[in-house]
Amino acid sequence: MIFVLLFWEYFKVGLFSVGGGMATIPFLYDLADKTHWFTHAQLADMLAVSESTPGPIGVNMATYVGFTTAGIPGAIIATVGLVTPSVIVILLIAQALQQFRHNRYVEAAFYGLRPASAGLIVAAGYTVLLVALFRQELYAATGVLSDFFNWKAIALAAVILVLSGFVKKTRNWHPIVYIGISAVVGVVFHVGGV
Amino acid sequence: MKGLWELFITFAKIGVLTFGGGAAMLPMLQREIVDRHQWAKEDELMDYYAIGQCTPGVIAVNTATFVGQKCRGILGGIVATAGIVFPSLVIIMIIAGLISNFSHLVAVQNAFAGIRACVCVLIINAVVKLVKKAVVDWKTLVIFLAVAVASIVTSLSPVWFVLASAVCGIVIKELEAKDS
Repeated sequence: MIFVLLFWEYFKVGLFSVGGGMATIPFLYDLADKTHWFTHAQLADMLAVSESTPGPIGVNMATYVGFTTAGIPGAIIATVGLVTPSVIVILLIAQALQQFRHNRYVEAAFYGLRPASAGLIVAAGYTVLLVALFRQELYAATGVLSDFFNWKAIALAAVILVLSGFVKKTRNWHPIVYIGISAVVGVVFHVGGV
Repeated sequence: MKGLWELFITFAKIGVLTFGGGAAMLPMLQREIVDRHQWAKEDELMDYYAIGQCTPGVIAVNTATFVGQKCRGILGGIVATAGIVFPSLVIIMIIAGLISNFSHLVAVQNAFAGIRACVCVLIINAVVKLVKKAVVDWKTLVIFLAVAVASIVTSLSPVWFVLASAVCGIVIKELEAKDS
């Protein structure tokens, strides 16, 4: 039963996510809330692994989520679910390529879809931010305001933001380099607080 | 049969050598599809890639399906897609298995705490890139902000936002056409 559900949920992700691998992330957070197959923190970890291993991010995420949910068969079924709508849609479009490209309704729909897709990723990013940079549970337990912030993680994120966005020399480094550096910093400075 | 096998192997190779998704894949596609195998011309490939970006799903998969179906029809599309996802399946399953065995270690937990901070930034960077392309006037800015806020404060499925924004796009463009 879980396999049917996994396929169906991933079929929807493949059908409704527009704009590449990152666009699948909001759907996965929605899935986490709905099914409790995995937590928000787990999703952030899976995203990091998917960014630093070969292959398209969306496919890597599908495999990872499927594996976490239901082992090896789950990994295969989630991935097949993700690509099925793509294959169907592309095979249909290939028959009428030129008409599709210049159809004014298609163009107009994407005019609205693209900013919405970016907005959805902002919302997913907000969820990652909450898990990564703040400690809601510790704050709830102690009531001390400074416990709410994971200062080390915030400092690390600020440094990476500057390096990857503004410094000319490091701006074009591959994400895997930043992920590697962050892992080392995490261990050395006990960013997880353990 | 030989042609299908070649398709599978070529796309599996592209899958292995693509780090980080869509944009990173383009140079690999050009070398393998256009220069080496001549399965498509340069401008055809760019068309496939452009359409792959604005159709549902993962860009790499969409482009693979396109090239595959051009070479060997429907079966070719399916085989090329199988090729591009194959390395991900194998590599991720191995890594996922390893990580779940080591996740109780303090060092691993701290490493992932650091990595999560980094992932925040990577998402911010991805959004900045998307916004530059997608937000072209005040109407698209409104859609962007409205969806971001509504998606944070409500627990509505992203599906509804996708459908609503597509309808919005069509309505806006039709109204604009009427005005002019």
